Amino acid sequence: MAGETLLKVQGVETYYGNIRALSGVDVEVHKGEIVSLIGANGAGKSTLMMTICGSPQAKNGQVIFDGEDITKLPTHLIARKRIAQSPEGRRIFPRMTVLENLQMGANLDNLKYFKEDVEKVFVMFPRLKERQSQRGGTLSGGEQQMLSIGRALMSRPKLLLLDEPSLGLAPLIVKGIFEAIKKLNKEEGLTVFLVEQNAFAALKLSDRAYVMVNGKVTMSGSGKELLANPEVRAAYLEGGRH
Amino acid sequence: MAYTTENNQSGLMAKAVKEGVLAGLIAFGMFLLFVGIETYQDINNQLVWRTRWGLLAVFVAIAAIGRFLTVGFIKPHLDARKLAKAKSGVLEISDKKSFFHKHFLKIALVFLLCYPFLAMMIFGRQGSLKYVDNFGIQILIYVMLAWGLNIVVGLAGLLDLGYVAFYAVGAYSYALLSANFGFSFWLLLPMAGILAGFWGIILGFPVLRLRGDYLAIVTLAFGEIIRLVLINWTDVTRGTFGISGIAKASFFGIWSFDVGAANNFNKAWGLPSSSVYYKMFLFYVILALCLITAYVTIRLRRMPIGRAWEALREDEIACRSLGINTVTTKLTAFATGAMFGGFAGSFFAARQGFVSPESFVFLESAVILAIVVLGGMGSLTGIAIAAVVMVGGTELLREMEFLKHIFGPDFTPELYRMLLFGLAMIIVMLFKPRGFVGTREPTAFLKERKAVSGSFTKEGHG
Repeated sequence: MAGETLLKVQGVETYYGNIRALSGVDVEVHKGEIVSLIGANGAGKSTLMMTICGSPQAKNGQVIFDGEDITKLPTHLIARKRIAQSPEGRRIFPRMTVLENLQMGANLDNLKYFKEDVEKVFVMFPRLKERQSQRGGTLSGGEQQMLSIGRALMSRPKLLLLDEPSLGLAPLIVKGIFEAIKKLNKEEGLTVFLVEQNAFAALKLSDRAYVMVNGKVTMSGSGKELLANPEVRAAYLEGGRH
Repeated sequence: MAYTTENNQSGLMAKAVKEGVLAGLIAFGMFLLFVGIETYQDINNQLVWRTRWGLLAVFVAIAAIGRFLTVGFIKPHLDARKLAKAKSGVLEISDKKSFFHKHFLKIALVFLLCYPFLAMMIFGRQGSLKYVDNFGIQILIYVMLAWGLNIVVGLAGLLDLGYVAFYAVGAYSYALLSANFGFSFWLLLPMAGILAGFWGIILGFPVLRLRGDYLAIVTLAFGEIIRLVLINWTDVTRGTFGISGIAKASFFGIWSFDVGAANNFNKAWGLPSSSVYYKMFLFYVILALCLITAYVTIRLRRMPIGRAWEALREDEIACRSLGINTVTTKLTAFATGAMFGGFAGSFFAARQGFVSPESFVFLESAVILAIVVLGGMGSLTGIAIAAVVMVGGTELLREMEFLKHIFGPDFTPELYRMLLFGLAMIIVMLFKPRGFVGTREPTAFLKERKAVSGSFTKEGHG
């Protein structure tokens, strides 16, 4: 899977006030890959995700997307480069209906492909079709996660960023969502960058993966390699699988 | 069986009496010092006090009897009704609506169109003045203001406590430009709206990064700044004296409502000279302005900008990650809301013929906001109902002469306006925490819309 480089994060340092959350992170995502980022709480995984989206912006280093430096762009312009995000905590619009939530995702093209894309999302997540006129806030956690991913897909992204899609969900639902991600990648060739606590599931799904500790990338390799790596097993898998 | 129900009945009565007495005691304790004792200054300018046992007794009796009735009769009745409904399998939310419910908007519109004529038929020419002006126009001004504020607070979720500032900008724009340059109402109405919208953007810039409580405080300050400028910039605004003798609106420049004018409306139509025709004309003008506000709001909600406003209210971070420019979204919300405030302001100046900073105090902002919240944020129908209840209710208090027979001859119901206002708010918020109309109309449909367009084609609407 040595496709063209789509996203390149080079020596990125991000600060919250005076506290350095990321200290020189290098990550690369190629076209058509699923890349995951695993690590413990507070390692800076979500911060990296947010830095790619420009809030907060990186103080040093560069974020290059599709050959273009997007480090200092405001968030909404980064989103218009077709980087879609399903943010941590899902962040759907609770008082708007499922359909309206999806509509918001399709805003970039002014709803040009809305009907077509909504059908696709409904095929992928039939639950959303059943609940299309229900308010987002009344959905279950798993359905909200589906909606969050569906909304991100509505913008026809080149790169999909997923921040902890398994957070707070039952294992069976997590399985379903991960299968959907896999399918998207295989059938549509969608590039996915995934942040996960659930290291086992993430590594199994990914082509490549990075391990993050204290704001630094300490290890990288293919998903299989990392799964077999004794250090990774000890730190993230053995204790965390049950 | 009969024995047990009887036993229940007497048990219920005992409970009701007990709770009633308790409520009476609490009311007695609460009102003893506030109502039971009155302080006043005597002829030597000394502060002395006297007791008002009668009034206190009335307050206590209201509390006690009210509680007794609630516990003894109203609550069992409601429970029984709920039980009966549950038994018959009818859900609270049923699809079947009464005729009145279904056609509420059409009925309301027809009623409003006929209202001035109805008032004139029932109360005579001079008698109807009060109903057209004090009730009709007054309420519609607040409906329009509340609908304008609804765009900022209800749709975009930006809590604005200084909305009256834009109302003031609109009113003074009309007053000053018409007094100094002699422009007509129909030219200045859009101009006042644009100026107010411009001020909306000026307010919008510094508060872009603020939300919730912080935003509320800054907008509150903005409202006060505008008022203080109006008071202190005496060269232009004549300070607290205000500007009087503001030109009346004309009938689109064709007929004038000035008594001495050659093309006087009343003369041209052979009507007896009375100001009621001018008021009727104003009624239709503000009604039209309200309908424009409603139409624009409904249309905007279905457009990308309206959707962005609502999404902004829900989650700002998610908005940005979906490519929405939150800066322009907020500014357009402020500007659009302010523009309608400006329209209402210039209408107010034309109707009143006099503006002074007195009309644009914080209380006005609070009342408008209260109407928006009571009506159910975002719901146009709910807000209109809330405006009728709140503004119409306070106007109605002036009419409550009979209350003097209960509370004594120096009872002036208008003075209790704010007390009742607060009471009404508490009651509504207790029973309907989301306002009169708490449900939000969705704007996106997949199948329903097809059905609607199909029925339109059948009727030949394209």
